[in-house]
Amino acid sequence: MSAVLRLLSRRLGISLIVLVGVSMLIFGIARVIPGDPARIALGPNATEEQVANLREALHLNDPVVVQYGYFVADLLQGDLGVSLYTNRPVTLDIAQFLPATLELVLFAGVLMVGIGLPLGMWSARYRGRWPDHLIRVVSLLGVSAPSFVWAVILMLLFAFFLPIFPIAGRITDSFEITRVTGFLLVDTLLAGNGAAFADALWHIFLPAFALAVSGIGQAARLTRANMVETYDRPYVEMAQAYGFSARRIAAKYAFKPSLIPSLTIIGLDFAAMLGNAFLVEAVFAWPGLSRYGVAVILRKDLNAIIGTVLIISATFLIVNLIVDLLIAFLNPRIRHSERGAS
Amino acid sequence: MSDVLEVRDLCLRFRGYSGMSEVLHGISLNVRAGERVALVGESGSGKSVTARIVLGLLQELPSAQVEGGLFFEGEDLNRLSRRQWQALRGTSISMIFQDPTSSLNPVFTIGTQFAEVLRRRDPKLSREAADERAGTLLQSVSIHDHARVLGAYPFQLSGGMNQRVVIAMALANHPSLLIADEPGTALDVTVQAQTLKLMHELVERSGTAVLFISHNLGVVREFADRVFVIYRGRIVEQGPTPAIFEDPGHAYTRALMAAVPRITGGGLPELNDSESAFLDPMVVHEGGKA
Repeated sequence: MSAVLRLLSRRLGISLIVLVGVSMLIFGIARVIPGDPARIALGPNATEEQVANLREALHLNDPVVVQYGYFVADLLQGDLGVSLYTNRPVTLDIAQFLPATLELVLFAGVLMVGIGLPLGMWSARYRGRWPDHLIRVVSLLGVSAPSFVWAVILMLLFAFFLPIFPIAGRITDSFEITRVTGFLLVDTLLAGNGAAFADALWHIFLPAFALAVSGIGQAARLTRANMVETYDRPYVEMAQAYGFSARRIAAKYAFKPSLIPSLTIIGLDFAAMLGNAFLVEAVFAWPGLSRYGVAVILRKDLNAIIGTVLIISATFLIVNLIVDLLIAFLNPRIRHSERGAS
Repeated sequence: MSDVLEVRDLCLRFRGYSGMSEVLHGISLNVRAGERVALVGESGSGKSVTARIVLGLLQELPSAQVEGGLFFEGEDLNRLSRRQWQALRGTSISMIFQDPTSSLNPVFTIGTQFAEVLRRRDPKLSREAADERAGTLLQSVSIHDHARVLGAYPFQLSGGMNQRVVIAMALANHPSLLIADEPGTALDVTVQAQTLKLMHELVERSGTAVLFISHNLGVVREFADRVFVIYRGRIVEQGPTPAIFEDPGHAYTRALMAAVPRITGGGLPELNDSESAFLDPMVVHEGGKA
């Protein structure tokens, strides 16, 4: 397993470098947004002196490099500064809003993998026949529209015209759930409240599905393409010659070798859902990081902007790392190679 | 002796964009119990498709149209349901492919794949019992560190090692017919010779009938009791191996034999791709037709 450990440490190192790069980039960009953050925070009635004091407190009069130094020094102590918008530490704000977004994205990821991979598998098993054609049309449709369009369409169809699902929110307000993880699906279960869990599930389904639609299409198309290629391999013919059932061949012998190349792209798609989640959250009034993110950008709340972007980037990198490990786990060539992954 | 396999007047057509094209024009052959029969011909002559028809694999292609009698141990294969035919594969009929390394699945260990093969005969076989049986079978193909091999992935083993594994798998369920489609062609000559010798010994000991598909006359001469020569979807000559090699009757068989480069030199033989004499009627040697 040392090859996997080597892979892990190398990827962690690279992730750290990427995070430093992102922090510099966003630090610079945030300061280019027009407007004086101190003036915006204090409002039009504040005196020039008050504004100057705040600018001094925020180190805004120092060169950008020095400001970055202050930022890194704070960051190393786990401090992302105070948000000028909420007047609370940014870490506290993110801890409050991030779980809702993560829950949405993770649930969408489960839908993407849980629906997309089997669809692709069926499609490949029945390649050239009608189930294949049907699945290909549906997945092309899924890929063709961005997730916020799906959010609006699904909301109109299944929350408005056919009121099966709720229009907005994470849970019906009458339920009182103690926050433990911030993931309502987990917290309701921890509280042993089945009705609240069902309610939270009912709320999350439509936005998560809207977020997942294009990922489902993409996963299905990729899995199909890779599996159709695998079906031409001698080892699949051998499995057929040994009388294994078509179903078993599809689910095992052809699926597993095909999963490895698909997984990288599926991981990227999954991470991309973090970005798309902002728009879907806006449509479904999901109380996640998006509302916070948009509000702080409009107010040029420097600390909060950087904090939000950094957290999203870190999540993105963690997802990629997990996918890489998963591939290493599935692919014996990486797991057993002497020199680690290339 | 009774026939394990009889193929009677087999035709194969493919539906293509330019209409139907016939690939096999009514070939007949038979393999008796415990007998080793070679089907010899050049690439594209229809050797491999014949093997896949016997297994019932080609019939599942929507573009293929298969006609003719297929009998396995006296049973009419064409009357079997797909499920019944499938039940024969991997149990009573098994197959060895050209390239052992690419015919093993790259993401499962040999042990896992071996267990799956053994479970074709014995679905409730536990993994421990399967590993034990696989170990014994691997010993019979002269693999002595079977624990390591069972835990390995195909890419970690040499081609010759994989070939032994594939031979052990093919004979694991005591099939009455083994179809060997150019086994070991992808290996180098010495390894191919070793593994073929091994296979020869094993099928002789177990009395397994073999349909041996090859273009390699040297190998065929060593291995087969009887030979069918196939050219462009027709059997052009058939008979006992010694008879055919001593007195090739058909122009194509003679050309095929002349095509083998001599170790004594003389350059590569000159050959025509086709000649009208290649389409002459079939030559049958004494004792060839059952």
